[in-house]
Amino acid sequence: MTATKPSKPATTASSALVELHVARDGRVTLAFSGRWCIDETLPLLGDVLQQLTDVSDLRSVAFDSSALKAWDSALLGHLMGVIDWCRGRGVDDERDGLPDGVQALLRLTEEASEHADARHDDKPEHFLERLGSEAVAIVRSTGEIIGFIGKSALAVRRLVKRQARFRSTDLWLIIQETGADALPIVSLVSFLVGLILAYIGDQQLEQFGANIYVANLVALAMVIQMGALITAIVLAGRTGAAYAAQLGTMQVNEEIDALRTLGISPIEFLVLPRLIGLILMTPLLAIYADLMGILGGSVVSMTVGGLTAAEYFTQAQQAVGFNHVAQGLINATVYGAIVAISGCLRGMQCGRSAASVGLATTSAVVTAIVFITIAAAVLTVVFNAVGF
Amino acid sequence: MVHGDPHIELDDVALAYGSNVIQRDLSFTIRRGDVFIIMGCSGCGKSTVMRSLTGLLEPQSGRICYNGTSFWELTESERKRRMRHFGVMYQSGALWSSMTLRENVELPLEQYTDLSGAQIREIAAYKLALVGLNGFDDYYPSEISGGMRKRVGVARAMALDPQILFFDEPSAGLDPVSGRLLDEMILALRDSLGTTMVMVTHDLASIFAIADDCVFLDAETKTMLTTGNPRELRDQADIVQVRNFLRRGET
Repeated sequence: MTATKPSKPATTASSALVELHVARDGRVTLAFSGRWCIDETLPLLGDVLQQLTDVSDLRSVAFDSSALKAWDSALLGHLMGVIDWCRGRGVDDERDGLPDGVQALLRLTEEASEHADARHDDKPEHFLERLGSEAVAIVRSTGEIIGFIGKSALAVRRLVKRQARFRSTDLWLIIQETGADALPIVSLVSFLVGLILAYIGDQQLEQFGANIYVANLVALAMVIQMGALITAIVLAGRTGAAYAAQLGTMQVNEEIDALRTLGISPIEFLVLPRLIGLILMTPLLAIYADLMGILGGSVVSMTVGGLTAAEYFTQAQQAVGFNHVAQGLINATVYGAIVAISGCLRGMQCGRSAASVGLATTSAVVTAIVFITIAAAVLTVVFNAVGF
Repeated sequence: MVHGDPHIELDDVALAYGSNVIQRDLSFTIRRGDVFIIMGCSGCGKSTVMRSLTGLLEPQSGRICYNGTSFWELTESERKRRMRHFGVMYQSGALWSSMTLRENVELPLEQYTDLSGAQIREIAAYKLALVGLNGFDDYYPSEISGGMRKRVGVARAMALDPQILFFDEPSAGLDPVSGRLLDEMILALRDSLGTTMVMVTHDLASIFAIADDCVFLDAETKTMLTTGNPRELRDQADIVQVRNFLRRGET
C-alpha cells in the first residue's frame, strides 16, 4: 500500500488544474481536472516541473485524467513537456491514466519523425571556427569562379573551332533581350549622368571662365569610363540578374540535369550564347550611352553654361580621340564578360529551392558590381601605365 | 544482346554527397527489357541512386556496369557518348521551358544526328503522337497539364531511341486514371521496343501493375534490404519494412 500526499495544486483562475500526488515509493501521479483547452488559462509547465524536481527519489510519473472535462492541444503540449522532462532524467512515465485519444496522439508525435533525409549543416559557434569556415568558403568560391571562367574559355575555344553546340535562335533572342530591350533604361540613366556631370563641371569651371571645357569633361568621362560603367551596372541589375534567375530556375526544374543526361554541356548550350550576347552588345550599348551622356551634358551647357550647340559638340568632338574610344570599348567588353559570367555562374551554382533562386539573383548582381569596380580600377591603372 | 541478359549491374556501390553517405553496399542486376523499380520510403536515396545510374553522380566506391562495361572507369567523352543511350524522364518533366514541345523533342535529334530539319520534325511529331500528344507540337510546357508534361518528358527521353529509359516518380502528382494510362503507355513501349525501364516510385498500384523486378532501399541502414519480384516480395518477404511497405493499405 502506498499513501499519497497531495501537493499544493498548480491552480489558475480557470477550471484547468493539475495536482501532484506523491507516493512513498517515489511514484508521482499528476491529476488533471477541468477544461484543458487553448481558450483557458492553464497552469504553467514550469511550475509543475519545479514541483516534480522537488520530489526526492522520483521514480515514475503517472497521470490521472478521471476529473478531466475537456482537452485539446493545450493538454498535449503540457504532457509532452512533462514526458520530455521525465525522459531527460530517466524517470518512467505511465500513460495508462490518460484518455485513449491523448495516448494515441502522443505515440504519433514519437513515431512520425521522418528525419532520415534531413541534412543540417552545423554552424560553428566559436569565432575562430567561423573565421576558418569563412576563409575555406572564400577559397572554395574563388576556385569555383576560376573553374567556371576556365570552362567558359574552353567553350569559347570550341566555338572558334566550330565544335560548340547551342541554338542560334537562342543567341538572337538573347541579343535582342540584352541589347534592344535595354535601350530605354540605358538612355535614361546615361542622359541623366551626362547632365549631372555637366552641371557640376559648369559650376567649377565657371569660376575660371572656362565653361567651354564642360564639353571636354563630359565627353571624355563618358567615352573613357562612365558610358561603359553605367551600361555594365544597368546590365548587371537587368540582364545578369535575369541570367541567374533563368539558369537557377532551370536548375530547380531539373532542366539542366536533363541536358547533362543527354550529354549536352550546359556551359556550351546555356552559358556560351549568354556570354557572346553580352560581349557583343555591351560595347554597342556603351557607345550609345556615351552619345546619350554627351547629349545630356549639352542640355546643361546650353541652358546654364551659355554655350551654343555647335560650340559644345565641336569642343566635345575635338576632345575625344581614337584611343579614348578604344579604352571605352575595351572597358565595356570586359564589363560585359563579367556581367555574363557572374549571372551564369550564380545561376549554375543555384540550389534546388525557390529561395536559392532569389539568393542566386542577388549574388549575381553583387558579384558583377564588385568585379566591375575592381576591373575599372585595374584597367584605368593599366591604360595609364602603358600610356594608352 | 538478348532479352533477360544482365543490362545494368551494380557491384558494392556506395553513394554520398561529400561525407554524407546516402546508400552503400548496393549490389543488384537489372535485366535487359525488364521494368525495374527502385523503391523505399521517403529519404532513402532512391533519386540519388537514379542520379548515379544516369551518369550525374559518381559513386564513392564500387562499379556500375552497362553491358558489362564499368561506366565510371570510362573517359568523360566516352561516358557522354554512352549517355546518349539513356533516356530520362524527370519527376516534373524537366521540359525546357523556352522551347515548344516539338523543339524539346527535336533538340537531342539536332544535337546527335545528321538528319535534315524536315526529318527531325517528322520524328518529333511521331514521338509526340506516340505519347498521345498529336497536334500539340507548338504548345509551350507552361500551356499544358502536368500529366501532358510527363508524357512529353517520355517523348523527349525516347527521342534518340535509347536502350534504357529512366523514370523518376512518373505517377507523382497524377490522378489515378492518368497514372494508370501512363503505366499502360510505359508497358506498351517496353513490349514494342524492348527498352529496359528503370523507375523510381513508391506508387504501389504502379509497382504491381508493371514491375518485373525491384530493389528495396532502407533509409535507416542506408543500404538495400532485398531485391526480387514485388508481388513475390509482398507475399513472401520476411523483412518487416518490405512487407509493411508493400502491404500498406491492406485491411
